[in-house]
Amino acid sequence: MRPIHALAPLVPLVALALAATGCSTIGDGSSDGEPSAGPGGTPTRVVLVTHESFVLPKPLIRQFEQQSGYDLVVRASGDAGILTNKLVLTKGDPLGDVAFGVDNTFASRALDEGVFAAYDAPLPDGAEQYRLPGDDEHDLTPIDNASVCVNVDDTWFAAHHLAPPKTLDDLADPQYQDLFVTPGAATSSPGMAFLLTTIAAYGEDGWQDYWARLMDNGAKLTAGWSDAYEVDFTQGGGQGDRPIVLSYDSSPAFTVSDGKSSTSALLDTCFRQVEYAGVLAGAANPDGAEELVDFLLGPDVQSALPDSMYVFPVDASVQLPAQWARFAQQPSEPYEVDPASISEHRDDWLREWSDVTSR
Amino acid sequence: MRRSLELVGLSALPLAVLGVFFVLPVSGMVSEGFLADGRFDPGGVLEVLGRPRVHRVLWFTVWSSTVATLLAVLLGLPVAHLLHRRRFWGRRALRSLLLVPFVLPTVVVGVAFRELIGEAGPLGFLGLDGSAVAIVAGLVFFNVAVVIRAVGAAWESLDPRPAEAAAALGAGPAHVFRTVTLPALRPAIVSAASVVFLFCATAFGVVLTLGGLRYSSVETEIYLLTTNLLDLQAAAALSILQLLAITALLVVAGRLRAVPDPALARSTRRPPRPAPGDWPDLVATGLVLLLVGAPVAALVAGSLRVGDTWSLGNYRALTGEGSQHALLASATDALATSLRTAVDATWMSLSLGVLVTVVVTRRSRTRGERRARGLLDGLFMLPLGVSAVTLGFGFLITLDRPPLDLRDSPLLVPIAQALVALPLVVRTLVPVLGGIDDRQRQAAASLGAGPLRTFATVDLPAMWRPLTAAAGFAFAVSLGEFGATSFLAREDHPTLPIVIYHLIGHPGAMNYGMALAASVVLAATTALVMLAVDRLRVPSVGAF
Repeated sequence: MRPIHALAPLVPLVALALAATGCSTIGDGSSDGEPSAGPGGTPTRVVLVTHESFVLPKPLIRQFEQQSGYDLVVRASGDAGILTNKLVLTKGDPLGDVAFGVDNTFASRALDEGVFAAYDAPLPDGAEQYRLPGDDEHDLTPIDNASVCVNVDDTWFAAHHLAPPKTLDDLADPQYQDLFVTPGAATSSPGMAFLLTTIAAYGEDGWQDYWARLMDNGAKLTAGWSDAYEVDFTQGGGQGDRPIVLSYDSSPAFTVSDGKSSTSALLDTCFRQVEYAGVLAGAANPDGAEELVDFLLGPDVQSALPDSMYVFPVDASVQLPAQWARFAQQPSEPYEVDPASISEHRDDWLREWSDVTSR
Repeated sequence: MRRSLELVGLSALPLAVLGVFFVLPVSGMVSEGFLADGRFDPGGVLEVLGRPRVHRVLWFTVWSSTVATLLAVLLGLPVAHLLHRRRFWGRRALRSLLLVPFVLPTVVVGVAFRELIGEAGPLGFLGLDGSAVAIVAGLVFFNVAVVIRAVGAAWESLDPRPAEAAAALGAGPAHVFRTVTLPALRPAIVSAASVVFLFCATAFGVVLTLGGLRYSSVETEIYLLTTNLLDLQAAAALSILQLLAITALLVVAGRLRAVPDPALARSTRRPPRPAPGDWPDLVATGLVLLLVGAPVAALVAGSLRVGDTWSLGNYRALTGEGSQHALLASATDALATSLRTAVDATWMSLSLGVLVTVVVTRRSRTRGERRARGLLDGLFMLPLGVSAVTLGFGFLITLDRPPLDLRDSPLLVPIAQALVALPLVVRTLVPVLGGIDDRQRQAAASLGAGPLRTFATVDLPAMWRPLTAAAGFAFAVSLGEFGATSFLAREDHPTLPIVIYHLIGHPGAMNYGMALAASVVLAATTALVMLAVDRLRVPSVGAF
């Protein structure tokens, strides 16, 4: 067998690797070791529970910590559905002080379970329209919004001398056979939003028929947004061959070259998703929690939203990034479904949808 | 009396860890499902089990996992032979490369596969996109490394002399393989196959991404029920179904594994070079390299494209946090976090794994003792068979008050990963340690060696090679783990797979390229670590 000197070259390598990685996570200075309350029981930190897509630039986090005097601890994991269910399962013994990221498709479930404590934050200009219908106690504060809309590849349609589709009905038109790709409603949040669009457009008894027509016309379903947009869409990262895709109203701002966007969103096919923040019932630091909700509504965070989280602010007075201002148009009248109704029927709708689409 | 004390003493720590971080959370979650409005209501759970959809889902899970496992074994065996019993230039590099798929994030592999087999891809004419064939190919892609590595480790230390004797007596190669080699390898093959089956049966991303939503497995169903619908009753029913099916599988595997005389003689000879008679090995290796290599090549090519030109721009962008791109953390930071976490997960799963292996493989004196050891063996396989979301939500609702107020602990991530890796570690070690003739230990003892000295001189040298293989597995599992990691809270320090998911989930051509580049970095890191681990040797191996 190999003599011992075979090990020799490895020693520096292993040493380097261990040094570079600081060996392990144990003993890492994590905020959990810090006391959560100072002398006299006054809290020293605010814990924000949120989903995986939450990103706030570091300078803004520092700004909040300086303004409020609290340490901000961010616990991000899962998607909006997982976040909501976590909050429901841990109500009464919450995971933190504030939750951000519950959206209007899941909010009713959280409200029904009494996850949040009422806090009537002063809203900036234009934010009132985003309030959750049915949230009369003002448990939830709208922070951002983004609409899920069908997108088309304008260059593809120009090259094929075909007028791009405009409406939901067009997608089922044989002219556009085999051109549409969308993430599924059961596995993707934009996919669910599109299902809600069709429910709002065709009624609770009519959408099944629309989906049957859509599938007959060769619509393709994928698991998630990235599969649809990056693989199958002609303007995605890969070599896709479908020029119609389900995405967001802001997506055209990301396909700009030479001062022109090669895609556009069909503004008559949109469903608006609003994300909310709320103070958790039983929070250890309710004062800090309210301060954080106010901060999320403030002009600094609001103007950082498009670049860091790909969403529109609720504050109408905030200036959008240049590309957004030019290429990301918001629908004026998106489709709406009552949140309480979503909460009640989600299960049935998804089951019916699975039946229709797998037929 | 002393023996049962020893049994209890050695198994206490692994059992405690399993109890707190697996049994408690999972039973907490399942019992939520049995409670309807605060009352015990098993009827609802039973009703779920009668649904036709549940039967369909269960049937798909069983057949797709079975086919994928068979294929992985059939392809993996000849490759294991070539890579572990033949000597040629580059075999170490090949070995570590073949482990790469194991750590690649499913979402990225899904994209890479679909770039190839999608309607517009070079293999689009096969019409595989969204088919069950694509799912099975994906499962084999991810798991063939398990067979190669676990069986290879056992094959490497197999004494070639019985096979040579059989050949000298006139048996053809096929005959030798069937009557001499295969029986000796059976414990290792069954071990690897049962792990692969568990991985396939709980695969999540592959089924959804490559199946185009037309198929659902028990795992995807539990995910949907728990994270989207919060239908805990149905989720509990399926979790119980999962546990029952796995228990049945483990019992069968345990039967198949048992061989009348497990003693392995270990080989000390230098392996020969490949000969013309090794052509089946070469063909299988070629196939596996194609299956593993094509998507990986597509991935590397994609990562080098910026717009319509070739460039390293995606890689350069990874180091900064970028004002344009909403990176959670720079990929270099995330890689450091991933490596740190993986170090923890590796030592945790190795220490637990060695304890479990020692307990499980000691010769039993009584039938009761043998049962107890067999039970322990199966128990530590269970974490592989339970959905990550069940475990994740279980953590939240059961580990929430002192003395077990752990739900925000940064240690949860490495512990969860260690639990996922533990069955792999145990299954790699058990066949080898179980193959040591107990008389060697008795001889050592009668020459005056204490239990520790016996372990160091008899067991450890034999375990070294499978131990490095197991360490590699554990490290790779931790580096690539996404399900549990994404579910558990992070504080400013995401691991690399989480950064990759984040990148690929948002628009912008640059994000897509960076996600591919970060995956290549993850894969390359894994391959390098594997290569380093592979070179570790102890001089005393085979010294007697």
